[in-house]
Amino acid sequence: MQALYSAPETLIRTPSHYCPGCGHGIAHRLLAEIIDEWGIRGKTIGLAPVGCSVLAYNYLDIDMCEAAHGRPPAIATGIKRVHPDNVVFTYQGDGDLAAIGMAEIVHAASRAENITVIFINNAIYGMTNGQLAPTTLLNQRTTTTPEGRNPLTHGYPIRICELLATLEGASFLARTSLSSPKDVLQTKEALKKGFKTQIEKKGFSLIEVLAPCPVYWRMSPVESLKFIEEKMTQTFPLGVFKDWEKTVSAPGGQATKV
Amino acid sequence: MARVSIDVGFCKGCELCIPFCPHDSLTMSRHLNEHGLPTVYFKEDHPCSGCRYCAVMCPEAAIEIFK
Ligand SMILES: Cc1ncc(C[n+]2csc(CCOP(=O)(O)OP(=O)(O)O)c2C)c(N)n1
Ligand code: SF4
Ligand code: SF4
Ligand code: SF4
Ligand SMILES: [Mg+2]
Repeated sequence: MQALYSAPETLIRTPSHYCPGCGHGIAHRLLAEIIDEWGIRGKTIGLAPVGCSVLAYNYLDIDMCEAAHGRPPAIATGIKRVHPDNVVFTYQGDGDLAAIGMAEIVHAASRAENITVIFINNAIYGMTNGQLAPTTLLNQRTTTTPEGRNPLTHGYPIRICELLATLEGASFLARTSLSSPKDVLQTKEALKKGFKTQIEKKGFSLIEVLAPCPVYWRMSPVESLKFIEEKMTQTFPLGVFKDWEKTVSAPGGQATKV
Repeated sequence: MARVSIDVGFCKGCELCIPFCPHDSLTMSRHLNEHGLPTVYFKEDHPCSGCRYCAVMCPEAAIEIFK
């Protein structure tokens, strides 16, 4: 019998602590598949965030380092500058990257830091029991917005790709989703493009991945995928916002010459 | 014809693999694994085209596909 699919070797064979249907598991697997396919396990260095994926180093069989909340881009900057030929990525949630870590991500992008950022946007603080995140949708119920997010008191969701697209230092910015097999495979392609950007020394790359948190969205995992497709993509349109290889037309925005 | 093998020790019964199977070949079993979680099984009498959609969606990498 020939294997058509088996778990990637870079994924450590241990049961994860993630809830059933959590997007982090899919994203970890995609990363491990790419690292296997490109044979870069020995030279890839990952930065784990604070958030549900704080234990990512237990699942990826590569060198990893833990950063303080929101600071993976700062640590990645140091590691990449000392080891320019290694592939250095950060893996961050929306609380980590878009709240406490907003300054780090903006400045890493504006410095054109040659790192790849994997931004898992699940519109919630998963680890700390489902509070409002900067990316929580309007009207979305969370433990801190039980009546739904109201812009008058809680402000509006932040669109990270669109925000960073204004910076000359950002070379590749894309938003993808995990809501169907096609979307998962497109996410994998975008992650590869992020790593390619870095390997070819083209500067800063970030892939924002719309990912399910079924537990704190209070839905089944299958309903969560529908929520991404029908609701989340209305606020966070999928697409490529910046691409050093070509001129792109950002959804809802101006064509950006890179 | 391909076939699928589910590692029930890793399956968490999230059901993300089920709706995308073009042959409706996966379903929930009544079997709980050693962690007390519900699990999925491959219906042996159903076809499998080896499309990998189930494995692409699985957050636990619990699915292997053979030909
Ligand atoms: C300095 C500091 N402030 C606050 C916290 C509490 N805290 C832990 S995780 C987290 C947010 C997690 O949300 P996110 O980054 O979206 O990750 P997710 O769990 O959703 O994947 C917060 C606020 C902390 N650990 N350290
Ligand atoms: S709380 Fe949400 S993000 Fe955290 S492990 Fe559970 S499903 Fe995943
Ligand atoms: S590989 Fe495709 S056909 Fe086979 S069980 Fe999985 S989804 Fe169904
Ligand atoms: S997607 Fe994976 S973990 Fe979820 S039910 Fe299917 S085999 Fe089990
Ligand atoms: Mg989050």
